Amino acid sequence: MTKNTASFICGILFGLGLTISQMSNPDKVLAFLDIAGNWDLSLMLVMFGALTTLSVAQYFILKRPKPVCDSQFHLPKKRGLIDIKLILGAMIFGVGWGLVGYCPGSALAALSDGKREPFIFTIALGIGMMLFSRFHNKK
Amino acid sequence: MENFTPYSALIGGCLIGLSAALLLFFNGRVAGISGIIVDSFSAEIENRYWRAFFLIGLMFSAAIMNTFFPVAPVTYSRNMLLVIVSGILVGYGTRLGNGCTSGHAVCGLARFSLRSAVATLTFMSTAILTTYIMRYILEY
Repeated sequence: MTKNTASFICGILFGLGLTISQMSNPDKVLAFLDIAGNWDLSLMLVMFGALTTLSVAQYFILKRPKPVCDSQFHLPKKRGLIDIKLILGAMIFGVGWGLVGYCPGSALAALSDGKREPFIFTIALGIGMMLFSRFHNKK
Repeated sequence: MENFTPYSALIGGCLIGLSAALLLFFNGRVAGISGIIVDSFSAEIENRYWRAFFLIGLMFSAAIMNTFFPVAPVTYSRNMLLVIVSGILVGYGTRLGNGCTSGHAVCGLARFSLRSAVATLTFMSTAILTTYIMRYILEY
């Protein structure tokens, strides 16, 4: 199996997970975020399912010296810096997420409905990401 | 809570976890969608392909599901200006904070990363507060 085949299959599974759990539906996400309304805990269970599966599988996977298709694991530092960038970034993301209910993965999954809204969101998402490069990365 | 869908939520969640586990097993990579999107455009050329394939797979399976096995109808009636503002904030914020729901709230938390726990608590509470303000104070 090549890296590309493996990640294509992983992408398929991820998309299935998002659509089956309805996390690609912004109304379903907002139903979780709206704790004062008719609170829908489904998103919590999605996270619970994902976290349980991943943390158990990961325990065994990381015992291997290396992944199947690469020479090393590429993991972010576990004790990474908790700084103002992290907090501010998470806050900005949170406001955007709470406004409409799309996150990057759910927007990509919703794109295939062929409607204008997720398409516009995805373009705006790209613009936001590029704005960041413009202000922060280009030195 | 008649809108609560525990079984599909658990099954979907397990599939997302399985996807992230397999990506780690085969490619040694973390399944953070915002990072994969950014790096599919900006990483060294040979490191862009697997990312592009992941994103294509995601959109492909969602297309099949949405077309042939739609779970529930989705309404697309939000204000376009709001959608644009939201998209820009999500794009900018996930880069500044180095991750989104998948990267921090799934992959990061599964590794018991303190950094991801802080990020997740922050964006969850901000999003809940934003939804509250929109719905009950601005009554949008």
